[in-house]
Amino acid sequence: MKTYILRRLLLMIPMLLGVSLLVFVLVYISPGNYLDVLKAQRDIPAEFIAKKERELGLDRPWYMQYVSWLGRTVRGDFGESWSYRIPVIELLAQRAPATLALSLTSLVFAWAIAVPLGVFAAVYRNSIFDKLSALSAYAALSIPEFFLALLAVIFASQWGGFPTGGLSAIDHDYLSPVGQLWDYVHHLILPTIVLGIGGAAGLMRVMRTNMLDVIQSDYVMTARAKGVPGNVIMFRHVLRNAINPLVTSLGFAFSGLLSGAVLVENVMNYPGLGQLIFQAFMRKDRDVVMAAVIIGSSMLIIGNLIADILLAWVDPRIRYDK
Amino acid sequence: MTSDLLHQILRRRAGAFCLVALILFYVAAFFAPLLAPYATSDQDLTKTYHPPTGVVWHEGQLAVRLYKLVDPTCAKYEAEPGQFAPIHFWVKAPTYHFLGLIPVSHRLFGVEAPARLYLLGSDETGRDVFSRLLYGSRVSLTIGLIGILITTVIGLTVGGLAGYFGGVFDSVAMRGTELIMAIPGLYLIIALRAALAKYFDDSDQIFILIVVILSFIGWAGTARVIRGLTLSLRNRPFIYAAEALGQGPVTILWKHLFPNLFSYLIVTSMLSIPGYILGEAALSFLGIGIQEPSTSWGLMLSQVQDLKVFMLNFWWLLTPGLAIFITVILFNVLGDVVRDIVDPKLKTQV
Repeated sequence: MKTYILRRLLLMIPMLLGVSLLVFVLVYISPGNYLDVLKAQRDIPAEFIAKKERELGLDRPWYMQYVSWLGRTVRGDFGESWSYRIPVIELLAQRAPATLALSLTSLVFAWAIAVPLGVFAAVYRNSIFDKLSALSAYAALSIPEFFLALLAVIFASQWGGFPTGGLSAIDHDYLSPVGQLWDYVHHLILPTIVLGIGGAAGLMRVMRTNMLDVIQSDYVMTARAKGVPGNVIMFRHVLRNAINPLVTSLGFAFSGLLSGAVLVENVMNYPGLGQLIFQAFMRKDRDVVMAAVIIGSSMLIIGNLIADILLAWVDPRIRYDK
Repeated sequence: MTSDLLHQILRRRAGAFCLVALILFYVAAFFAPLLAPYATSDQDLTKTYHPPTGVVWHEGQLAVRLYKLVDPTCAKYEAEPGQFAPIHFWVKAPTYHFLGLIPVSHRLFGVEAPARLYLLGSDETGRDVFSRLLYGSRVSLTIGLIGILITTVIGLTVGGLAGYFGGVFDSVAMRGTELIMAIPGLYLIIALRAALAKYFDDSDQIFILIVVILSFIGWAGTARVIRGLTLSLRNRPFIYAAEALGQGPVTILWKHLFPNLFSYLIVTSMLSIPGYILGEAALSFLGIGIQEPSTSWGLMLSQVQDLKVFMLNFWWLLTPGLAIFITVILFNVLGDVVRDIVDPKLKTQV
């Protein structure tokens, strides 16, 4: 297992090189750069722009730019955001807690809804509850995330009760510590629901199918034949085995923890990484884009690895070492 | 096989319902220029954010109520009692070319100017939401079909060849797919969109660009699964038999391997259509997809991100979202029905 993990981690290096090269070239060939905004302002002299261009290295051929970017990044320096004028790492670190909080709460929300609903749908198979939950799962999987976010914002602005966006209230700094915490939570509720509902529907369907699979297995029939009470069978034998495959999905959840929800964050004006990275793409803030892509890709690759490890952990029949 | 599948779909209630509903959607999209009372960019700046006009039976024919702008600051309209404009059928309209070929100078229904028929209200420049919805459906309904066509062709070719031949081609192709799958999807889409935008400046061409980008992301998954399936079929006796008979690799792939993948392809294609619809809607919503004056459901929804709309409850501007939702749910249900028919075993795997 150790050699397997080590090999996968080593394979990350060429993969990240490829990813960074691809995105770097894409950013390079997209028309215009960050300085276009300055060029449009008439009071900025051309010499200043030329000097800035040299400073940022934008006058050199793309492969030279890539090599110098790579050299810096390997040494742990992700460069400076051109539009915010602060180191990229600092900028990302400012936004990361908000995105992390949102990702985690929506993950917890999805699991908290999906597991009980999936279990009940399987136990009371073909009942009205089962059909209703299947229908809601279809609806939840089919509604565009940004549309749901829009509906949530309209709900908040029409009926009140929830803030229409943002991370905290205007008077946040004047609140007591408990009040501040509640303020954060209050702002998180709607984005959490919007982001979590799709995941909950998917998980619920998997949970239900897993339960039904296990219910039909031989050892459950044996338990039933021995006269074990139905509840005990369900919760001790079926549920524990049915939930195992779901554990692997935590690996994939990990990969999304820091990439942020671009659409939902934009609609709900939630100042997380997704919003920042989208703006960086639009403004051609190259170093921010590259850092975001490197972090996002690393999380994705590591997330897949975690999923594979978890799979072997919950199912001892799977062995990666030959 | 195909007619049998159709028969099976129609025998199931959910399948028949979804299929018929989708066909109606496609017919409406196809005849959009005839059905829509107005062109997509037909503005009326005196009637912005107009609520849906009430349709009533008046003096022996259908008529719309006339409205008066009571408060321009918050777009408040009130119906004027006793004032109606009759709805005419097969009315004269500016000539346009249906499908770019047939000149047509009529529309199915409309009212006489200056009255306006707003079945689903109007937007910030007084354009008819219903007409734009109809035209916009053309984007959402075709993007999935073209998208799966491209991904299936690339996925089959790359995956099939990689699985059949193995070796260097296999490793190169698989590293390529891993590379694409290792970048968070939306980041790659935005980067591609920015990089390729200069080659597609026309608003019609942007549609093609979006299909190309979404397919570029999508083929990797298909190719990997096709490769896996091909690998497992590769060592079956019937392939050895074909090889022993001296058939070339292309013949074997085309005649013996692909037909065995057919059912899998149908199911995955059906189930991946919603991804394209949602992808286009998201891009247009973010302002980097379909551009004005063209229309698409996502683009129409991006107008809703206005404080005025939130506060004043212009609910009719949300209908494009409902349209996306209904279309996607129809494709999802139909896809599941097809999956149950084609391969009941898949049902238990997620």
